[in-house]
Amino acid sequence: MNRWESAPLLKVEHLTMRFGGLVAVNDLSFTVGEGDITALIGPNGAGKTTVFNCITGFYKPTEGRIGLRHGSLQAWTALDSLTAKSDRKAKVPNGALFLLERMPDYQVSATAKVARTFQNIRLFQGMTILENLLVAQHNPLMVASGFTVLGILGIGGYRKAEKAAVERAKYWLDRIGLTDRADDPAGALPYGAQRRLEIARAMCTSPVLLCLDEPAAGLNHRESAELNTLLLEIREREKTSILLIEHDMSVVMEISDHVVVLDYGTKISDGSADHVRNDQKVIAAYLGVADDEVAAAEAEVAL
Amino acid sequence: MATGSNASSETSDLKGVAKRALWTALVAAGLFGPFIGLLTQQNMRNQLVLTTRPALFVTLVLAVVAIRLFVDLPVRWRGYLAAGAGAVLIVVAIAYLFSGGDPAITRPLAEIYGVVGGLLLLTGLSYSVYRGAAGRAGAVAAKIAGSNTFASLMLGALVAFPLATLYFKGAGASIKWVDNFGIQILIYVMLGWGLNIVVGLAGLLDLGYVAFYAVGAYSYALLAKEFGLSFWILLPLAGILAAFWGIILGFPVLRLRGDYLAIVTLAFGEIIRLVLINWVDFSNGYAGISGIPRPTFFGIPFNASETGFAAQISNFVRWVAVHLGAPPDSYWATYTLPFSPIYRTIFLYYVILCLALLTAYVTIRLRRMPVGRAWEALREDEIACRSLGINTTNTKLTAFSLGAMFGGFAGAFFAARQGFISPESFTFIESAQILAIVVLGGMGSLYGVVIAAIALVGGFELMRELDFLKLLFGPDFDPTQYRTLLFGAAMVLIMLWKPRGLISTREPTAFLKERKAVSGSHVQEGHG
Repeated sequence: MNRWESAPLLKVEHLTMRFGGLVAVNDLSFTVGEGDITALIGPNGAGKTTVFNCITGFYKPTEGRIGLRHGSLQAWTALDSLTAKSDRKAKVPNGALFLLERMPDYQVSATAKVARTFQNIRLFQGMTILENLLVAQHNPLMVASGFTVLGILGIGGYRKAEKAAVERAKYWLDRIGLTDRADDPAGALPYGAQRRLEIARAMCTSPVLLCLDEPAAGLNHRESAELNTLLLEIREREKTSILLIEHDMSVVMEISDHVVVLDYGTKISDGSADHVRNDQKVIAAYLGVADDEVAAAEAEVAL
Repeated sequence: MATGSNASSETSDLKGVAKRALWTALVAAGLFGPFIGLLTQQNMRNQLVLTTRPALFVTLVLAVVAIRLFVDLPVRWRGYLAAGAGAVLIVVAIAYLFSGGDPAITRPLAEIYGVVGGLLLLTGLSYSVYRGAAGRAGAVAAKIAGSNTFASLMLGALVAFPLATLYFKGAGASIKWVDNFGIQILIYVMLGWGLNIVVGLAGLLDLGYVAFYAVGAYSYALLAKEFGLSFWILLPLAGILAAFWGIILGFPVLRLRGDYLAIVTLAFGEIIRLVLINWVDFSNGYAGISGIPRPTFFGIPFNASETGFAAQISNFVRWVAVHLGAPPDSYWATYTLPFSPIYRTIFLYYVILCLALLTAYVTIRLRRMPVGRAWEALREDEIACRSLGINTTNTKLTAFSLGAMFGGFAGAFFAARQGFISPESFTFIESAQILAIVVLGGMGSLYGVVIAAIALVGGFELMRELDFLKLLFGPDFDPTQYRTLLFGAAMVLIMLWKPRGLISTREPTAFLKERKAVSGSHVQEGHG
């Protein structure tokens, strides 16, 4: 059985997002398996980024629920009672359950541990690369500095905590190969390095789920291959599950365990990369032909 | 080296420059002719008479042409232009000396022309002959200014300033220097540093900062008059009350960005002022509050009485001298410090110096704390902040309240120093001036704020000292009336020359190998 069915980390159920009369996402349900790399694909305007914004709390969905589990699989048993209680979080033995659609955006990252990157890179350009990674560790450092009060008086373990944060930043700089440029402003980095830095910055929040919005956009072949390695390593070493939106099929097909295809806000296919690749509906959506012409189109592109 | 074709293109360039300079002179003459050259005045019989001001007219036209030439000419020529102007001034100065006119008028004029001309000649020549030297000098200066030794030297100079003026100028004459220059500039430095937290670090454009200054001032004035509380109790209280108002303002504007935030903060500043004007029972309206208790030296008042500061110090010195075995009729055993208002001024100077340094210290410390980094991250990109789990509401509110708190401290100090406050002291123009100090200095830069405050506040105070200009432009000329004109001109020049302020680089708050200043071109200015 697939991990997204046997051990789901995130459950999106009947998600609908309307902007006035426009239905951007229509009754979408899918699950993200723990330890999987899940790809969300679809033609332009299919509603992929809207789904991301709903999951990470930047949009409040019109309908539906988004559950996220920490720890034990038993947490899912609390889903219905939590939904009924108008609460955001339920604790269970060895785990917790969150309803992301009820949380403000910063809490999705701070407590539910879902990190994200953006389609148009959003780094703190005027801050150095090291500072970017330190800002990402804001919440634990805030606690260590006694919410600034103790830190400013020099009481408590803020110094130690900051050193640990710098060590953590160093680790990630090493992973993305930017150690030599740690003291340069983020805005001075080349495009590909900015993409990697944004991923490292998101990882510094120690997420359980990493959401990447088109991480390979604008990368060349070599950078794209490096990105694949980085993502696979993140899954292996950090045990972080990854949900990504991608247009670059070489990334999607190579590293994804699970692919969900959207078209006009509706799910048209869901399964392993191989399953999706051969799905008639997907081919039709991508090539824009009627179902009965798919065979002809397939022959044409030698699929 | 210039080749033949370059030389010919330079000649044609120079022709164009001369043509444009001529046009500029004509336009300037046409405009200044009626506005400056002619003056209508009423004479004793209430008739309008036309007088002319040829000297002022010619000076201004020449100045405009000089600026035009300076902008147009190739860099190499600029220095020679300045040197030429200097040489002309020196010739004028010599002509004055030997003109045989009244020495009371010609001597000072000749001195001014001589000094200004000499400076222009020297800097112009060295600029053209040793080009590039200016850039190297700038780099060296920046390195020196960044060092800790320089900071401690400046601090020492600030501490020594009132005592030095007292020593060299005497008790009477030094009040002006310590009060008008020292205290006045330090108040604005402190306000600039306070606003810098909100505008420079967090990137929230606050046009109503003077409201918190007013809250601090009225808190001190009213509580000290009504309840007789001391300055040292009311100082923190005024800060807390101002911080509270900062949060009150912060809540409604949390969702606003950019222009909208600026408008609402502007309105907030006006609301506070209008309430102070109209709620007469509370604040005594336009008439203001007078007789505000002055701060004491930890309980010892600064007055001429037996228990006053001067008398107490004298007693103390005599007591020490006698106990150390000085003869009863020696200088120290009969020491008397004469009463003078300068002691209070000096005391106030040290109080505001400490308050300003506290602001700087807290700012420097906070920048290295997570909250300070979150402020700067907020300025850079608010959405990214939220995606990293930073509660932007709290972050904005802490920036607003901390900035307001320092404004409140400064306000309480202002009330204690003046002894009288009215809503007139808290108009929008004050907010604009504080904001101008922050923007001109370079957003986020502590040194920049100091330089801008000295230039703007000290510069205006200095204009009162420019009496020699009356010799040039006639006895009615009052340089202080040109304040706003110069203020605007300074703004335009800075925006053209250094659009990101005098010190635009940003010091990183943490580094792995070496501390490299971040170029201003990468730093965002915030969206509200």
